[in-house]
Amino acid sequence: MSLKGKAYIVGAWEHPTRKAPDISLMQLHAECAKGALDDAGLSVKDVDGYFCAAGDTPGLGGMSMAEYMGLRLKHYDSTDSGGSSYNLHVGHALMAIATGRCNVALVTLAGRPRSEGMATGTAPRMGNVQQAELQFEFPYGPATANMYAMAARRHMHEFGTTSEQLAWVKVAASHHAQYNPHAMLPKVVTVEEVVNSPMVADPLHRLDCCVISDGGGALVITRPEIAKTLMRPLVKVIGTGEANKAQWGGRDLDLTYSAGRDSGKAAFEMAGIKPSDIKYASIYDSFTITVVMQLEDLGFCKKGEGGKFVSDGNLISGVGKLPFNTDGGGLCSNHPGNRGGMTKVIEAVRQARGEAHPKVQVKDHSIVLAHGTGGSLGTRHVGSTVILERE
Amino acid sequence: MSERVYQFVGTTPGTEPYWEAAKDGKLLLRYCKDDGKPHYYPRQICPYTFSTNLEWREAKGTGVIYTYSIMHAAKPPYVIAYVTLDEGVSMMTNIVDTPFDQIKVGQKVKVVFKDMDDGHKLPCFTAA
Repeated sequence: MSLKGKAYIVGAWEHPTRKAPDISLMQLHAECAKGALDDAGLSVKDVDGYFCAAGDTPGLGGMSMAEYMGLRLKHYDSTDSGGSSYNLHVGHALMAIATGRCNVALVTLAGRPRSEGMATGTAPRMGNVQQAELQFEFPYGPATANMYAMAARRHMHEFGTTSEQLAWVKVAASHHAQYNPHAMLPKVVTVEEVVNSPMVADPLHRLDCCVISDGGGALVITRPEIAKTLMRPLVKVIGTGEANKAQWGGRDLDLTYSAGRDSGKAAFEMAGIKPSDIKYASIYDSFTITVVMQLEDLGFCKKGEGGKFVSDGNLISGVGKLPFNTDGGGLCSNHPGNRGGMTKVIEAVRQARGEAHPKVQVKDHSIVLAHGTGGSLGTRHVGSTVILERE
Repeated sequence: MSERVYQFVGTTPGTEPYWEAAKDGKLLLRYCKDDGKPHYYPRQICPYTFSTNLEWREAKGTGVIYTYSIMHAAKPPYVIAYVTLDEGVSMMTNIVDTPFDQIKVGQKVKVVFKDMDDGHKLPCFTAA
């Protein structure tokens, strides 16, 4: 059974906050849920499927969150793949809806790392010793930034990618962020400003990194019959894919590609389209290198040519061939809960609907892509690709 | 500038020999006796064959830098890396006692052991 087109994203809402010391985590989730349900024109009573990544909420999975919002569920999924969880949830909701397990699926994300003073990218995170790799990694100081930096270094070594090419990713994001009133970094920056910003984890500079923000977002996904009764543009899920990538036991470490290679292939096959059919892409942008590698892996350019592909404004809406992250993305707008997949899907929905900011809205297109990477390009991660079509 | 502190996380059942050998200046690798090859990090089941027929063997302690990053955001800065050992597996590590400008991908390195916070020793690498 092909799942293509068996569900629609009918609600998509991003919380405008970027710093929320006075909003509890669960209230943030609920505000996002309300925003997305209002956007869809549905009620919380219509929700019978709930998707909440286990790490995003206190309590067991999303169980406490479901109770907080008064949800009565037939389908419950707390799959957590870090920042790509929400891209995965779209695919999982599609499966649940297509197999009759639920009618209206709600996906929420919320997080407050900024208010909680978390040193998100530069401090190694201690886990549980039973996490088998921890004793062999933590003593060496792996933090988010230096793990991605190691992927960047290897990419530079193998393909000649330069810091200036990586900087173009930030430059493009900043061109989009200037039109987003909620963006944390709304100022347009130059390649020179990026490469002259302080070095965080060589070869990544401060401006190669995403922002740290509070916030969240939510999605509402439903079956075609219900979607067609609502007063919103019809955004159909036509392709989804997920895959993991790891060090695989150390014999064949290769940090030059991501799980997007496999998740993208699955999503494109399901949708029956090619990368050249995509005119807008939301690409996870924890760091500039993340975008370059994923664009290659998804097939927008050949492996090793990502640096060249992103240069000279090729990702800027109205300028380049593949506008990306027209909300400013994680690099300039927000990265709620240290997890950027939700906002990737939301901006893709806005683009498909024609509801992005007029200055960045891509014209005359109907198919969009949202790709996420959760975990780390430097160790292990899960990638997920979603392809949507405006009907 | 303060010295970098290497924090020992603890062992899990089966990993004690790795850390005991490190105290004696030896880097152990976990080998699968079914296919005769090592894996890293050491497990109680081979992630390539799913065999539990495993043994420890001492590594030569030499390899090349696969990739690295100098963590300037830390005080003091440190160099995290993956080193591909001559035995064919890559391991996360730190490059130590080597001027930053001499560190490059492909650089030959050899193992050295650094004191951890609790008396254990940590395999790191330095330019060979």
